[in-house]
Amino acid sequence: MSEFALKTSLPAYLRDEQNKIEAFADGAGLDFFPTVFEILTYDQMNEIAAYGGFPNRYPHWRFGMEYERLAKSYEYGLSKIYEMVINNNPAYGYLLEGNSLVDQKLVMAHVYAHVDFFKNNYCFRSTDLDTGGRTVDPVRRPSGYDPNRRWIDKMANHGARLRRVVARQGINKVEEFLDCCLSLENLVDLHSPFRGIRRKRLVEDEEPQGTEIPRLRAKDYMESFINPAEYLEQQKKKIEAEREKERKFPEHAERDVLAFLLEHAPLERWENDVLDVVREEAYYFAPQWQTKIMNEGWATYWHSKLMTGKILDASEIIDYADHAAGVLATSAGKLNPYKLGVELFRHVEERWNRGQFGKEWEECDDLEAKKNWNLRLGLGKKKIFEVRALYNDVTFIDEFLTPEFVSDHKLFSFAWSNRNERFEIESREFRSVKEKLLFQLTNGGNPFIYVEDANFENRGELLLRHDHQGFDLRQDYAREVMRSLLRMWKRPVSVMTIADGKPIMLRYDGKEHATRHLRP
Amino acid sequence: MSLKIDQDHSRFRSIVRGKIRQNLRKYISQGELVGRKGKDLVSIPIPQIDIPHFSFGERQRGGAGQGEGELGDPVGGDQDGEEAGSGRQAGSAPGEHALEVDVTLDELASILGEELELPDIQDKGKNKIINAKDRYTSIRRVGPESLRNFKRTYREALKRQIAMGTYAPGNPVVVPIPSDKRYRSWKTEAEPVANAVIVYMMDVSGSMGDEQKEIVRIESFWIDAWLQRQYKGLESRYIIHDAVAREVDRETFFHTRESGGTMISSAFKLCSQLIDDHYPPEEWNIYPFHFSDGDNWSMDDTLLCVEVLKGKILPRVNMFAYGQVESPYGSGQFIKDLREHFGKDERVITSEIRDKEAIIGSIKEFLGKGA
Repeated sequence: MSEFALKTSLPAYLRDEQNKIEAFADGAGLDFFPTVFEILTYDQMNEIAAYGGFPNRYPHWRFGMEYERLAKSYEYGLSKIYEMVINNNPAYGYLLEGNSLVDQKLVMAHVYAHVDFFKNNYCFRSTDLDTGGRTVDPVRRPSGYDPNRRWIDKMANHGARLRRVVARQGINKVEEFLDCCLSLENLVDLHSPFRGIRRKRLVEDEEPQGTEIPRLRAKDYMESFINPAEYLEQQKKKIEAEREKERKFPEHAERDVLAFLLEHAPLERWENDVLDVVREEAYYFAPQWQTKIMNEGWATYWHSKLMTGKILDASEIIDYADHAAGVLATSAGKLNPYKLGVELFRHVEERWNRGQFGKEWEECDDLEAKKNWNLRLGLGKKKIFEVRALYNDVTFIDEFLTPEFVSDHKLFSFAWSNRNERFEIESREFRSVKEKLLFQLTNGGNPFIYVEDANFENRGELLLRHDHQGFDLRQDYAREVMRSLLRMWKRPVSVMTIADGKPIMLRYDGKEHATRHLRP
Repeated sequence: MSLKIDQDHSRFRSIVRGKIRQNLRKYISQGELVGRKGKDLVSIPIPQIDIPHFSFGERQRGGAGQGEGELGDPVGGDQDGEEAGSGRQAGSAPGEHALEVDVTLDELASILGEELELPDIQDKGKNKIINAKDRYTSIRRVGPESLRNFKRTYREALKRQIAMGTYAPGNPVVVPIPSDKRYRSWKTEAEPVANAVIVYMMDVSGSMGDEQKEIVRIESFWIDAWLQRQYKGLESRYIIHDAVAREVDRETFFHTRESGGTMISSAFKLCSQLIDDHYPPEEWNIYPFHFSDGDNWSMDDTLLCVEVLKGKILPRVNMFAYGQVESPYGSGQFIKDLREHFGKDERVITSEIRDKEAIIGSIKEFLGKGA
């Protein structure tokens, strides 16, 4: 049990329910870490939620901001947080004191499914702390998988670490720097945990003292004939030219900007500490926003199945239906990840039960035949268990979204209309919807930014490249982020991007922002 | 319950109020939650600070949604991402007439207090009244006959008789014996303390125009709000004067038209009278506030004012405050005279209020020292 956990104790009746529900979940095939439930008052719940699910974080106003939003929301009866669970081993789920028994049961069932997801979905392997930076191959699962995921402790340690820094440097200074780091927190490389340990580039061996020129072997008296001055000059130039080339680093465009800065930016020790913490936490949360739809869908699928199948008794059905409906409600236009996720899982399950997959299915043109297609294979359950392990939101949608699903669930894509100055429904066409959805989900909706050159113009300037995939950067924000980058890099920062179809270079040198048009 | 997050929370609030981290001001936006209070829509402003990231312009992207609607129909709002599995999102209701609820008046006053760094008012020793009252609420077995409690006595007698078996329901005769007797007795209760009265005095002579009165009204509102927070039982009295003074109610105080000449002494005399009649200084904290444009009728009158202040008013009040609003007609002489005579006296606070912006500074001068 984490020393930083709250250690509230559940009342006996809830403990009994927990045991029952755990048994049902286990019986249904869910595979989860040992799970601890804590019961909280509404303000403790708001506090924990503001801290992202952890009892202890580093000091920063953003948590205060989140808390304000949640507390006001609760105070004015707008919404309350029913469930809160964190990716930890053992997992912790939080129940809100004062909720009805039906609600608590719903939450518990939901939580167990979440924990199963955390344990089995491959994206979350990167949050295992005992892999030394190399993540275990998700397909070949070792038996008895019990990773170290003591993130409650780690977050608390981060908090302690930063508090020490604050004690020495002062809260304003540290907070300002933290704001800079947080500006950059979406500049991570989602694939890097699966690529192995980064090879650190040693900077030390780049100091040429004198240019050591390789000479051809010659006896003393032959020296000036075999190694004439011009030849030596030439060699010297050649070597220096090569060195110039080498000076362009990183060799390959680097997507983990934070790691790059940690290694190469002239940061003071405490700044390094802070940035390191921010980067680690960014990587911890990354799998969660990569799999939001799947995760919520999975949990909803299971709480629904378990509640209606096993847990509820007849008297509770109406209450349950009411609340469950609330969770799945769609408010005008917004995509509800719970609903989308669960419907898609159910869709997959049904397809695999009926054998609606494979070459024949894909090639069938007859709509009638497709509708009545039912091979009674019963592979649905197995398939969804497989899916929950091997996919993330992008691949999930990419593979399993079908035109039938889009039309059945009334999905649409929307876009900004300049004429009417508002967002409008653009299309209900499968391609369009899928494209928009995938775009929203790719990289968490963040642009692809790479460190292109850390010795730009041979003046030690930092050059970043925005891999433009059809959408322009928000320039005002970009300029602000460049300020943060300069704060760290201490030399001018430039960003290559495309705006309004034309390639441009944004540059910030500490005093002013400049925009230069590039030749395409 | 005090939470760990209170520190972060109060830091956030301070940033929003602009007290610290001014460089974050440009990122502050006012979001809002829309809720319901009965059938009214309630708009709850939620300040938000957006840390900039490399991101796409919202309008650029659009997105995918779910639900009914024809092509070209408007779609509400944009997405917001959330981190760890937290709960449901607040639904967004259609925009209608919403009541803005932000802070209560009490919170406002406390914010004012923080802004101006007003210290909480401490009770001055002599004004702390322990008004001890004796209340006859208890019982004892001995006492003077005049304090007999008949009901209790007979009750005891009845109890005794029933216990002994001598009580006959058919013939209910109850005779108390000396040990049955009960007497009323008293408890000393202290009545609560700090009582305060504010006496607002305003010059309504020809030279005070609407604008000047507006300034006075605003200032006295805030002073009122602040002092309400400090004292539970706050009373306010209003005196208007031109060449003569009279006491009025709040409405009249703020709405009187301009009229005659200006004799400030009349107001002071009336104030003094008020104190004599109704507010013994041993029991009351008294705060007279006088607002004028400084144009008194004559030097003689001013000297009379000084006398009244010195002799009658100052000895009995916590402090005396004079606020001079600027007026095109007034000479503004009075404040100079006051400062001349009472410059050294800490209890007299004078302040010039040039325009609306200066109100805050003026309040701070008046209340900053704590009275």
